[in-house]
Amino acid sequence: MTDQTSTPTAVSALDAAPPRPRWQVILIRPETMTFVLLVLAFIVSSSISPYFLDINYILSSFTLYAEFSIVALVLTMVIIAGEIDLSPAANMALSACLFAWTYQATQSMPLAILVGLGAGIAMGAFNAVLVIGMQLPSIIVTIGTLTLYRGLAQIIAGDQSIRLPDYFIGINNDLWLGVPVPVIIFVVVTIALAFFLGATIWGRQIYQIGTNEVAAQHAGIRARRIKFMLFLAMGFASAVAGMMTASRLGSVRYDLGLGGELQMVLMAMLGGTYIFGGRGTILGTFLAAWLLSVISTGMLTAQWLPATQLCVLGLLLIISIVATNLIYSRTQR
Amino acid sequence: MAEAAADTPLIAARGISKSFAQIEVLRDVDLDLRRGEIHALLGENGAGKSTFAKILAGVHRPTRGTLKLNGEPVEIPNPIVAQRLGITLIHQEPISFPDLSVAENLVLGRTRGSPLGRVPWAQMTREARELMDLLGVRMDVTKPMRGLSIADQQMVEIARALASDSRLIIMDEPTAPLTPKEVDTLFAIARRLRDEGRTIVFISHRLEEVRALCDRVTVFRDGNKIATEEIGKLTDADIIRLMIGRPLREYMHKSRAEIGEVALKVENLTLPGTFRDVSFEVKKGEIVGLGGLVGAGRTDVARAIFGVAPATSGTVSINGRPVDIREPSQAIALGLAYVSEDRAVSGIFRTLSVEENITAAIPRKIAPGGIIRGALEKALASESVRKLRIRLASLRQPIGELSGGNQQKAILARWLLTDPSVLILDEPTRGIDIGVKAEFYEMIGELAAGGRAILLISSELPELLALCDRVLVMSEGRLTANIARADATQEAIMSAAVPRSTQAVAA
Repeated sequence: MTDQTSTPTAVSALDAAPPRPRWQVILIRPETMTFVLLVLAFIVSSSISPYFLDINYILSSFTLYAEFSIVALVLTMVIIAGEIDLSPAANMALSACLFAWTYQATQSMPLAILVGLGAGIAMGAFNAVLVIGMQLPSIIVTIGTLTLYRGLAQIIAGDQSIRLPDYFIGINNDLWLGVPVPVIIFVVVTIALAFFLGATIWGRQIYQIGTNEVAAQHAGIRARRIKFMLFLAMGFASAVAGMMTASRLGSVRYDLGLGGELQMVLMAMLGGTYIFGGRGTILGTFLAAWLLSVISTGMLTAQWLPATQLCVLGLLLIISIVATNLIYSRTQR
Repeated sequence: MAEAAADTPLIAARGISKSFAQIEVLRDVDLDLRRGEIHALLGENGAGKSTFAKILAGVHRPTRGTLKLNGEPVEIPNPIVAQRLGITLIHQEPISFPDLSVAENLVLGRTRGSPLGRVPWAQMTREARELMDLLGVRMDVTKPMRGLSIADQQMVEIARALASDSRLIIMDEPTAPLTPKEVDTLFAIARRLRDEGRTIVFISHRLEEVRALCDRVTVFRDGNKIATEEIGKLTDADIIRLMIGRPLREYMHKSRAEIGEVALKVENLTLPGTFRDVSFEVKKGEIVGLGGLVGAGRTDVARAIFGVAPATSGTVSINGRPVDIREPSQAIALGLAYVSEDRAVSGIFRTLSVEENITAAIPRKIAPGGIIRGALEKALASESVRKLRIRLASLRQPIGELSGGNQQKAILARWLLTDPSVLILDEPTRGIDIGVKAEFYEMIGELAAGGRAILLISSELPELLALCDRVLVMSEGRLTANIARADATQEAIMSAAVPRSTQAVAA
């Protein structure tokens, strides 16, 4: 690896600041913080309960969070691009309801899956039209659609659960090489998106859009098109996550995934994604998903009150936002 | 208040200087404003006239110098004090509360409610009506400001100045958004106010208006006061000469390039309210300057050609082929490049690496098949760094850490990597130091010599004169001159840039 400072062309006068030392670049990264927290959470949890020394326990408890975690990976890209989507949990519920309802009506699983996925993408497209087509702020639009989608789910499903056929139930208990299938899906999606965001030109452009959208447009980057695709991807991922949840629960109710958007945002924030766009990584969200799973399971094992658990999650969200802001303002002179 | 002797000037400014971040924008200005006169401040953009006006109105504080009001030394730390001293600044686009009524806007900041906080509506409305009558303007004072014409909004501002019994009223380019008839009304009122013994400072680019209205003029140039004179003693040519008369700095003249076929042709380009009927062409190897005052529509034409904010009618042809460009990506594909005026807003990605900034416009070159080839990208970026002599510590450092001139070089590097046939440069040397400027001039010359067509938008006349084969001039959204190199002088450009006829604004 050649060091740029040693080449004669780059030797410079007073106006070029010296580059930051490498150890600092690596250490002062939000992901490093997430990783340290994960190790700490693991140590604390296993001192509370010896279950945490069993890898299978950790993996199977993660299946509770796998669906949100998968959507959080896509959400990370949306936030890096400078937008937000708060509707995915409601999308999960509505697409799962339409999926179950179609199955009940037609007894055709392929058709039901098609309807579920199509509904998810359509909901993503609706968000995209409002945010990109009509230039409305995504936070308001998706708070609106979050309510709308959840309400539609309740209209379709009513107060009852729609049961699913036995062969569809229990994705969380299926193992592949000893690992629950949802965990495998999560890992595969992580690798795919980390590659997409880190190594392809479209990933690069997502960062550029989030850093300065006007400059991105001037440089010929099709910011609107890319953001549109991101909202579609959110819709698709939400629908898949909705059906995975349906499979885990065995039936579908309108309140499926209730409050999930907060956990997803929490994962992205804990992983060091910058709420104002332009910074963040898939690796960070990946680590944060495990962190959240270990903390939540730990609190559950320790039999903390649900209210206490909520307080802890809320505090975590605030701490993570403050911490990433601090880190970024330090590295930004 | 004790009135001073009749011949004491209302305002006596001595040695007024002002610096922003170590850059001196106003230098040792001495100026007297008499009672009962209309005094014009003239000068190019950035000459210091508005800064001086804002110092009088308490918007800026001078870094040095003293002000006397009626012979008494005063400090004007903020606009509220200015108002209390009887000095009012009227903005071109009046700042008001659009949802409040005219009457409410008039008494703003002056009325106190009754002890119970009740607002004396009836009294307020009556007072407002009296003020508007005084101005001879008929207007329903209970209507909200929103929906009034800009002329009427200005009247409200003037009425507000009268309400606080202002002795000095400063109007900063008040006529630009007005129709000729509205200008006449404004002038009539300005004369009345003068005859009542008030002083009016009038800032405008339009010589004809200055001549019609003002008693004396003061010309600013590069932060200095050049002259103060009775208007009758100066011809238009004198004034223009005073405005631009700085010595022509010696710049490297461009190396003569072979001039080829037409690369960019623009016909009747129009964007209502911004520019209209703009037609010109730029040939290969040619550097065409686009001069004019700020706000003349030059940047808007560039943005329209590049597809950032497309024009509504007219045609653009690239290399002889008519094109319809709706967004920048299409323009880039057709061989256009645009170095925009505001680097921070539409140029750099501040927190991203220099390397990423340089390669931002060539996704296909650095990522064939969509996957970024790191080695390829690095090679292209470091080649640019070497060619353009960009000073940096590392290609990986955030571009925000570089100096302004080096950031600008990186942006130019970004566009050169697209190998454009037409290059539009919008104020490419603004805010960069003189040494780097000379490098830029050299580069621009080389680019033209390499067969590229260059459209250079610049507010710096010497820059246009030294570099360009032809200079186009825009004024108020129209192309007013197309001057060949041989005939191009600062006077010729300025007189085409300064709007002289009030008819031109009739909307």
